[in-house]
Amino acid sequence: MTCTEFIAQLDDLLDNNVAAPLRADLEEHLRGCEHCVITLNTTRKTIEIYRSHEIYELPGELRDRLQKAILAKCRKC
Amino acid sequence: MLATMPETEPLQSTGEIHPDILLVNQARAGDVAAFEKLVRQYDRQVFRIAQHITQNREDAEDVVQDAFLKAYEKLDQFQGNSKFYTWLVRIAVNESLMRLRRRRTGKMVSIDEDVETDEGSMPRDLADWSPNPEAQYGQSEMAEILRKTIQGLPPGFRVVFVLRDVDGLSTEETAETLGLSVPAVKSRLLRARLQLRERLSRYFRKKNGDGVK
Ligand SMILES: [Zn+2]
Repeated sequence: MTCTEFIAQLDDLLDNNVAAPLRADLEEHLRGCEHCVITLNTTRKTIEIYRSHEIYELPGELRDRLQKAILAKCRKC
Repeated sequence: MLATMPETEPLQSTGEIHPDILLVNQARAGDVAAFEKLVRQYDRQVFRIAQHITQNREDAEDVVQDAFLKAYEKLDQFQGNSKFYTWLVRIAVNESLMRLRRRRTGKMVSIDEDVETDEGSMPRDLADWSPNPEAQYGQSEMAEILRKTIQGLPPGFRVVFVLRDVDGLSTEETAETLGLSVPAVKSRLLRARLQLRERLSRYFRKKNGDGVK
């Protein structure tokens, strides 16, 4: 398996969506390719980081204001 | 006779109704408090998506209001065969795109426009990251890095990444929400993930290594 072939399966591997025979091939590639090990681990970390950090926080005060405005308009329609 | 429900009895798919659907039905019948629950449940996610698409705080605020109002007005059109959340996000994505177009008049803005780029299709930065990259940055510095990084992606990549990886929608739900095909979502997700990884490497790569690359 080449690195390009490995990368093509990266998403399915990360999402745990790979059937056993293919998984064995991918693991075989990983044993001999440090680059793909790094790509796999750092891509996984990338997803984790974005999942665990709220980068567009909705502040409580603004949230209250928006909710009130929405509901006031709903009651009128 | 039916004193106890057998514990192992699997839930019938016909008998299992998502709590959102119950709230939608109540709201349809004129119960604004039921709709309020839906607003509270999803306003933060709608705001997040709107921010990711519009990159503008005021626009994102307007999108939250308009998306929920539109949803409320169109509740009758909601088909129970999709999730309320994906239906709502679809409205929010359209509202966000409208605002983005208004700001960038003349510039083509679309989620389904195919972005021709090879960037990130093969990893170039192959340096490993430090074991705990987040520890090097403070909370707000970290948020700034993550915002700057994802803002560099085309809107159609950003929104796929956010729906799939941050919001946790399935590939099929993401495709349905954005009106894209499943293969299009898959190809964007891979490129989005790889591009973000590549860009974050600048901040998170191991330092004080042997210095040779
Ligand atoms: Zn490889």
